[in-house]
Amino acid sequence: MAEEIKTDEEQAEEDKTKFLFIMKKSPHGSTYPQEGLEVILIMAAYDQIINVLFTDDGVFCLKKGQDTAGIMVKNFSATFKALESYGVEHLYVDRQSLKDRGLTEADLLTPVELVDEDEMREFIREQDVILPF
Amino acid sequence: MKFGVMILEGPYQHQASDSAYNFVEAALKKGHEIAGIFLYTDGVENATSFMTPPQDDRHISKRWAELIQKNNIDTIVCIAAGKRRGITEANLIKGARISGLGQLTELGINADRLITFGD
Amino acid sequence: MLFTVNKSPFITQNLKSCLKYVAKCCPILLYEDGVYAAVAGTTVEPMIKDALKRVDIYVLQEDVKARGLDNLIDGIKVVDYAGFVDLVVEHNVCPWI
Repeated sequence: MAEEIKTDEEQAEEDKTKFLFIMKKSPHGSTYPQEGLEVILIMAAYDQIINVLFTDDGVFCLKKGQDTAGIMVKNFSATFKALESYGVEHLYVDRQSLKDRGLTEADLLTPVELVDEDEMREFIREQDVILPF
Repeated sequence: MKFGVMILEGPYQHQASDSAYNFVEAALKKGHEIAGIFLYTDGVENATSFMTPPQDDRHISKRWAELIQKNNIDTIVCIAAGKRRGITEANLIKGARISGLGQLTELGINADRLITFGD
Repeated sequence: MLFTVNKSPFITQNLKSCLKYVAKCCPILLYEDGVYAAVAGTTVEPMIKDALKRVDIYVLQEDVKARGLDNLIDGIKVVDYAGFVDLVVEHNVCPWI
């Protein structure tokens, strides 16, 4: 059987490292989501494969209408909207985490892809690097 | 195997720094290579040279300095996280260097495994 | 994929949410305060026993000892830091912090 010949482009794509950011923490209660987001933005410039999964309290990062003036911290929520333009492949949001927290897609500040744990189970296993924030 | 390690918590507050240290030591003992250690968020505080803990407790930054120098481990303090927390060249342990998040990306690409210790 | 869990199951849902994503043949390592989930006779034991039907669960010996724990749930495997390293050699890591 003839060996499958890949184009240079296909090979380059295959050689990229698959990074998955798992955002599990709510915004403002700790620095994790904000500084995690900074990593995503920098990493996106390196032409690797970047995906983000929001699960558990991480879904709160995408909640519309955050107003941080009263607590005097930076409102970084709008930056999540820009991730697609930075080359982040997918913003996955765990459907059950959203539901458990009384949220729907309409409550989120940007279009996302709702996923179930079954899909993510396999997806997580395919990653090269998992960065939890 | 080449391991990369990221530390997201400062010294003493949580166990992350200790766990990372013990993991790195165990990995070295087994003959593995530490491709790099990346200190991010409060993790940068592990690299301050200003620590003076009580004599009967572990000296976290000193033991990191000894380990990384002895084993020539590339240890990076994130410049952005460091600036936020007052960790600069002026108060850095020997063996660590300040650099950017691009180094974390490189570590993720080049190491066989990247493991994070945090809270 | 090795999932590492370091928080007590009595104060966070971390372990519960981790179990959602653990595929068959993905082991879990309990370390730091996560080792409390390994103790027999707690309200978390049924969840652990159920998980043991499909995945291997390891607990870090040094953290168990540090906390003065004994009487671990049957079926949980105890590893030391050298064993932790071996697990990471064998599996990529998903740190569930």
